[in-house]
Amino acid sequence: MIEIKMPRLSDTMEEGAISTWRKQPGDTVAIGDVLVEIETDKAVMEYEAYQAGTLAEILVAEGSNADIGAPIALLDDGASGPAASVPAGSATTALVERTQPALVRNGGPSTVTPAPAGPASAQPSGGANGDANGSSRQIASPLVRKLVRENHLDLSHVTGSGPGGRIIRADIADLLVGGTPAPAATTAAAPAAAAPAVTVPAEPAAPSDAAAVPAAPEADDVRGTRSVPVSQVRRVIARRLSASARDIPHFYVTAVADAQALMDLRATLNAQLTEAGRAKISVNDLLIRACALALREHPDVNVSYGGDESSVTLIHDRINIGVAVAAESGLIVPVIRDADAKTVTQLGAEAKEMVALASERKLTPAQTSGGTFTISNLGMFGVEHFTAIINPPESAILAVGATTREPTVVGDGLEPRYRLRYTLSVDHRVIDGALAAKFLQTLTSLVEHPWMIIA
Amino acid sequence: MTIMSYRQALHDTLRSEMLRDDNVFLMGEEIGVFEGSYKITAGLLKEFGEKRVRDTPIAEEGFAGAAIGAAMLGLRPVIEMMTINFSMLALDQIINHAAKIYGMFGGQASVPLVIRTPGGGGQQLGATHSQNIELFYAFVPGMKVVAPSTPADAKALMLAAIRDDDPVLFLENLALYNTKGEVPDDDVPAEIGRALVTRPGKDLTLIGYSRMAHVAAEVAASLAESDGLDIEVVDLRSLRPLDRETIVSSVRKTHAAVVLEDDWLTYGIGAEVAASISDGAFDYLDAPVRRVAMAEVPMPYSKTLETAALPSRDDVTAAIRQTLAAVGHRTAPLALGVPQS
Repeated sequence: MIEIKMPRLSDTMEEGAISTWRKQPGDTVAIGDVLVEIETDKAVMEYEAYQAGTLAEILVAEGSNADIGAPIALLDDGASGPAASVPAGSATTALVERTQPALVRNGGPSTVTPAPAGPASAQPSGGANGDANGSSRQIASPLVRKLVRENHLDLSHVTGSGPGGRIIRADIADLLVGGTPAPAATTAAAPAAAAPAVTVPAEPAAPSDAAAVPAAPEADDVRGTRSVPVSQVRRVIARRLSASARDIPHFYVTAVADAQALMDLRATLNAQLTEAGRAKISVNDLLIRACALALREHPDVNVSYGGDESSVTLIHDRINIGVAVAAESGLIVPVIRDADAKTVTQLGAEAKEMVALASERKLTPAQTSGGTFTISNLGMFGVEHFTAIINPPESAILAVGATTREPTVVGDGLEPRYRLRYTLSVDHRVIDGALAAKFLQTLTSLVEHPWMIIA
Repeated sequence: MTIMSYRQALHDTLRSEMLRDDNVFLMGEEIGVFEGSYKITAGLLKEFGEKRVRDTPIAEEGFAGAAIGAAMLGLRPVIEMMTINFSMLALDQIINHAAKIYGMFGGQASVPLVIRTPGGGGQQLGATHSQNIELFYAFVPGMKVVAPSTPADAKALMLAAIRDDDPVLFLENLALYNTKGEVPDDDVPAEIGRALVTRPGKDLTLIGYSRMAHVAAEVAASLAESDGLDIEVVDLRSLRPLDRETIVSSVRKTHAAVVLEDDWLTYGIGAEVAASISDGAFDYLDAPVRRVAMAEVPMPYSKTLETAALPSRDDVTAAIRQTLAAVGHRTAPLALGVPQS
């Protein structure tokens, strides 16, 4: 018997949630088969089997979390002897050595049991093996399974009202109304809208539905409060940014650049790109490259603090720039690798693809890790300027405001010109004020002489 | 717009295409002097003469082959198989020649041939003359198969079929010839391979073609009236190519589907539609796809048994109710009137 453990699927992952079991107890598993879909802090990922056998038991149900390394299922490879069952749902507790006897199942038709055939297993199937025929599998329609995945619902308290006890969409209507995070637009069907938005369910299934959403102590009538489950993504944002704000001594340096030349260059470039049938570039694409060039000039900004116990600071030779994206599920930072070696057009194409992947939650861990610097741009919302929290283990993040026309002193007169404000948040443990100022000086010089960005 | 019968729409379209293009000509059994077993070609022999409206011997394989040859040399023959049952005598010509020539010979010759033929039972014509075997042709790459259910589509798809450069099996239906509907006066060909949502709805997708698309529209209208159900109807119109996109996008919206067909259930057209739904909309289904088809018997001659064997409006209604019940939808008739206060 082999224990399948919760894998570490990304650097920042500490626990994972079982999204969907793709194999059920009794299913034959070949090497390379997808066993389970696991939701990490960044994406939903498929986890493949490294060993062949028969899936004996699922230890962590769909929708439940488990720490890295915790057993989530047992795979029978026919090799070793007894394996004990652990009560489902307690999988996050550490497992001690199990000595209980095996849970003997009457082998169903699809179950291969190479163990010595005792009288019990020699009985013709069809007797007491209703279990093997699927009562262990919670029957739900494909639509329900999809909605459960997308909305992180827990079906364990839902009673199916469809034929044969199938859980149908109508059975989770209340769960969807109460459990859908507000911005999570799911399907075109908008089930939450289709279901009557009642808070006092009339169906008998209601009490168990209510129990599925943990009652928050804050819930009260005065504030019209309701509880929504915290998604993995939100949980990881909370943990990592709290740690960053708490542990990193941030300081902030703001500069303003004359962006008239940058806007003129972009307009000229885009007119010609459009004529050539190529994709247009954005101010952000130009800024990604400008930052990459400024980092190349100031490699001491492209560093990571080694930790209080460490005797070294990590200086990164590669310049990998993260771009903060406001995805529906929450903030995510895809990373463009070797941004200093790519053209603005390449950077734009790559950024666009990453944003699309982020919105579909299809970024791989490789695409969200390895960053050395981050840009967060709220200019499109008309923000003048703001400060950002550093994305560890990076040491600096640039918060970019809107490019707006302002009265500007030119010679002795005033002239309307484009201006752009940005603020660099810096980790004072590794970067001092003068270095941060010099970095911004270089960046501002590039923005004001934008041909240097594309040269 | 003019209101006319399905039969009249076919007749008028054949005539207008013959006037438009001298290469269009008709061949078939009893289509000239007798004016066609179902009178689609009435008056055309007199108007166009024997060269363009040719009566043939009772020899389907022979005149199908002659038409293929004519088509290869640039004419646009429209042949009539008196019913689809007789087309089996020409299977070799249609499947091994018409459908193959363009691809097998590197595109040297195309076969712009239209095979008009009615299918369908319900006329007490017995087991051998009441079949729905359009599947034989829809199965074969190189063929196109269209199946209009309304007079307007009879016209639009006939225009498209005649002007198409590939062999097209044009499926008519004995039970539809006398149905009436609005037909546009302009000659606008349909796009072959495009299904139509003929009635938008959100509760369930009802899919049919030919006579069963007609039945689908009637049942959907009747259930809207009696039960307040909002059923979406998809008329396939084309069996090859099959418009999977329209089918899938409808089921993604409604989460449930019932597929109607006049042919037999096992291996039928509905099986292909159901498989397409499984491929494209699995995650959107709240209940299994249900099919309504003819009983798995050779069609009986007895009127009572024939009626029982064919899928009826009641069968369709029952399948809809079962499917809706499986997704938790109450289908009892709605109470009329507004509750007090």
